[in-house]
Amino acid sequence: MATVVKHDPTQALDPFKSVKKLPLEEYFTSGHRTCQGCESALLMKLMAKAAGPRTIVLGSTGCMYVANTTYYSTSWVVPWMHTQLGSSGSAALGTAAALKVLMRKGKMKNEPINVIAFCGDGGGADMGISGISATLTHPDYNCLILMYDNESYANTDIQLSGSTPWGANTTFSTPGKVKRIMHHRWKKNMAGMMAAGHPECKYVSTISMSYGLHAMNSMRKALAIGGPTFVHSLDPCPKGWDYDPYLSHEIGELAVNTGVWPLYEIENGVLRLTGRTQQIAAGKIRRQPVRDYLTKQGRFAHFTADDTDYFQSKIDEMWTKWLYPGVIPFRKEIEADSAPAE
Amino acid sequence: MAIATVVEQQKGTEETALITGSEAIAVACKLADVDVITAYPIRPYDTVMQYICKLVANGEMDCEYIVAEGEHSQFEIVKHASAAGARVFCGSSGVGWMYAMEALTVTPALRIPMIAMVGNRALDDPGAFGVEHNDALAVRDLGWQLVWVDNAQEALDTALIAYRVAEDRRIFLPCAISCDGAFLTHSQAVVKIPSQEQVNKFLPRYNRGDLLLHPDNPITVAPQGNEDWVMEIRRQNYAAIERSYGVIKEAYAEFEKIFGRSYGNPFFEEYMTSDADIVLMGMGTLSTPVKVAIRKMRDEGKKVGFVRMRWFRPFAAEDLAKCLSRFKAVGVIDRDYSMGSPYNSGVLATEVRTALYCGSGAKPPVLGFIAGLGGREVTVPDVEKITASVQQAAQGKTQPLTQWIGLRE
Ligand SMILES: Cc1ncc(C[n+]2csc(CCOP(=O)(O)OP(=O)(O)O)c2C)c(N)n1
Ligand code: SF4
Ligand SMILES: [Mg+2]
Repeated sequence: MATVVKHDPTQALDPFKSVKKLPLEEYFTSGHRTCQGCESALLMKLMAKAAGPRTIVLGSTGCMYVANTTYYSTSWVVPWMHTQLGSSGSAALGTAAALKVLMRKGKMKNEPINVIAFCGDGGGADMGISGISATLTHPDYNCLILMYDNESYANTDIQLSGSTPWGANTTFSTPGKVKRIMHHRWKKNMAGMMAAGHPECKYVSTISMSYGLHAMNSMRKALAIGGPTFVHSLDPCPKGWDYDPYLSHEIGELAVNTGVWPLYEIENGVLRLTGRTQQIAAGKIRRQPVRDYLTKQGRFAHFTADDTDYFQSKIDEMWTKWLYPGVIPFRKEIEADSAPAE
Repeated sequence: MAIATVVEQQKGTEETALITGSEAIAVACKLADVDVITAYPIRPYDTVMQYICKLVANGEMDCEYIVAEGEHSQFEIVKHASAAGARVFCGSSGVGWMYAMEALTVTPALRIPMIAMVGNRALDDPGAFGVEHNDALAVRDLGWQLVWVDNAQEALDTALIAYRVAEDRRIFLPCAISCDGAFLTHSQAVVKIPSQEQVNKFLPRYNRGDLLLHPDNPITVAPQGNEDWVMEIRRQNYAAIERSYGVIKEAYAEFEKIFGRSYGNPFFEEYMTSDADIVLMGMGTLSTPVKVAIRKMRDEGKKVGFVRMRWFRPFAAEDLAKCLSRFKAVGVIDRDYSMGSPYNSGVLATEVRTALYCGSGAKPPVLGFIAGLGGREVTVPDVEKITASVQQAAQGKTQPLTQWIGLRE
């Protein structure tokens, strides 16, 4: 068979064995201006640590651009460049393509360099989805697209995106006197979609900053496996989700333990539930009721008991009816699906 | 040459080939050893990418040739490749160019020396494949260098010159080469193809220098500036395009030395102007019917000349004002529109008036003519009609400031 794809080597990035074995060096440091308790900022820090110094980071517009890179006080120690809101896929592809050809032609020293492009949920799951999708079909470029999902267009003052949960109060879905639920679309299944739609992509995973070591090792795998990869992180956002910043870590855990945010990875086409999600699926721990998660956040404060029940029923459905719980939303048979009365 | 019919071999250095304007630019990309090229289909520019595809497939060119999923990505991919040190090429037409508008905006702002070909095409709606200049002109305020060529040889030569100018550290701004759809993109002419040695001598390697995005140079590119710094950054970009005027001159002089072909004044071509009373102006392949008409009118004793603008950005205002002050009246033929603009003229007419108003010499009247939209042919009788009106203006008779030519009544 003809070899039409020329893979370039990646860096050897073995998993970090434990928190105590982590390198001390930071590549995302002081200088940023994100909110207290911002889990997306923590993701940036751990991503940079996981990738190490021989890395180029591209960041699309959003909180992680605006709050992180004020002129003269950048928080990035590794080279960093802004890209447009819908351009994370193209930024990764263009940078990786340049490195590949310049090294091949001898115009640049030959060495594996990590290329990471990050985007928010608005920039990624909405505006940039076609570019990300295209990049995930290019097997010859080594790059990671990292989507930090704070479930809103946060930087522009918390507007709903295709990744915002059903019913949430955002500045574009404020409950009113007649309409309590202004956002009645269910959250996109971005990671599942990227995995199912791009069979050449060797690695897709979901992560949470409440499980930092797991997240870093997942990103290291994504960088080392070769070709384009996609990692989706659910990041509690105190401003947008409306809770006290000290709760960030706990809310991230609740998202996983209530089954709202399943953790998994798809490596070379093989699906594996990971972390607490794996334990829930194996029946080792019980799924907590979603009420525990919803009631901690002001964005759901207008929910009636019916709304909470509806939310719970959709999560149950994800766990009991989906072809693969939490990952692939196909069912063997179709059943009626009714939202609560207004 | 796999893609060109080689007509004859000249002195072992230059080849001669019968090729289209699009092919000429593809050959320039090969000679310039471009590193990353992105394609997306839209007529008529896409022919350049078809030729490049063949060059890559035949092993005549080594580059990353990426077919994007839309023009926004097409331009963003090469923008980022250029920031990481690669020489890049891209292009589009009509609404494709407009689809990339966000990328087109940030490219000069980021000081990316991208070279793009615009196969000029009417914007939708209604659909039309033919030429109009509004696509390329849409970026005229953003820091793009814009040049119009009118034949395949000029397309090839200008592409090489564009790389040299754009990648000059004093400039670091993109350049779009406009080729009229169909009239140039698809019509063949005999073109001299320079040797690789000549091109290597003329065109140094792209060196991103202190702006290279690389772990050895860990800079942060395009942090949030806000009111604190944006104004200073804009001023720096202005300074770059101000310098571009001189760097273009240098490049043409050097081009003549190495390739032995001279374009005279790089910014505009003068045709039969030395004894002219009045001149017509325009850009691109409009020059063909205008020159034919002028030769005919010259036989009839009318002293008409033609000034063809090549470089629209930077706009050589002082040179042009000086040139035009020699004539009694000027007729500017726009293959574009600028709705609601002063006197509802086209873009070029409006800019020519601005240039003249502030120039030091005489200020002849400038009539605007809108013609050839959507690819409609501008005929010799059209040009004669335009000339008649300009002659009236030269005699001090009031004429409408904007006239539509070749329009169904
Ligand atoms: C083309 C374009 N449209 C709109 C905006 C305005 N904008 C800036 S940041 C932002 C929010 C992006 O949301 P997301 O990607 O989720 O990142 P977050 O702000 O939540 O971190 C928007 C809409 C923009 N910068 N570019
Ligand atoms: S609004 Fe949310 S995502 Fe943005 S900086 Fe604050 S906590 Fe982080
Ligand atoms: Mg967001």
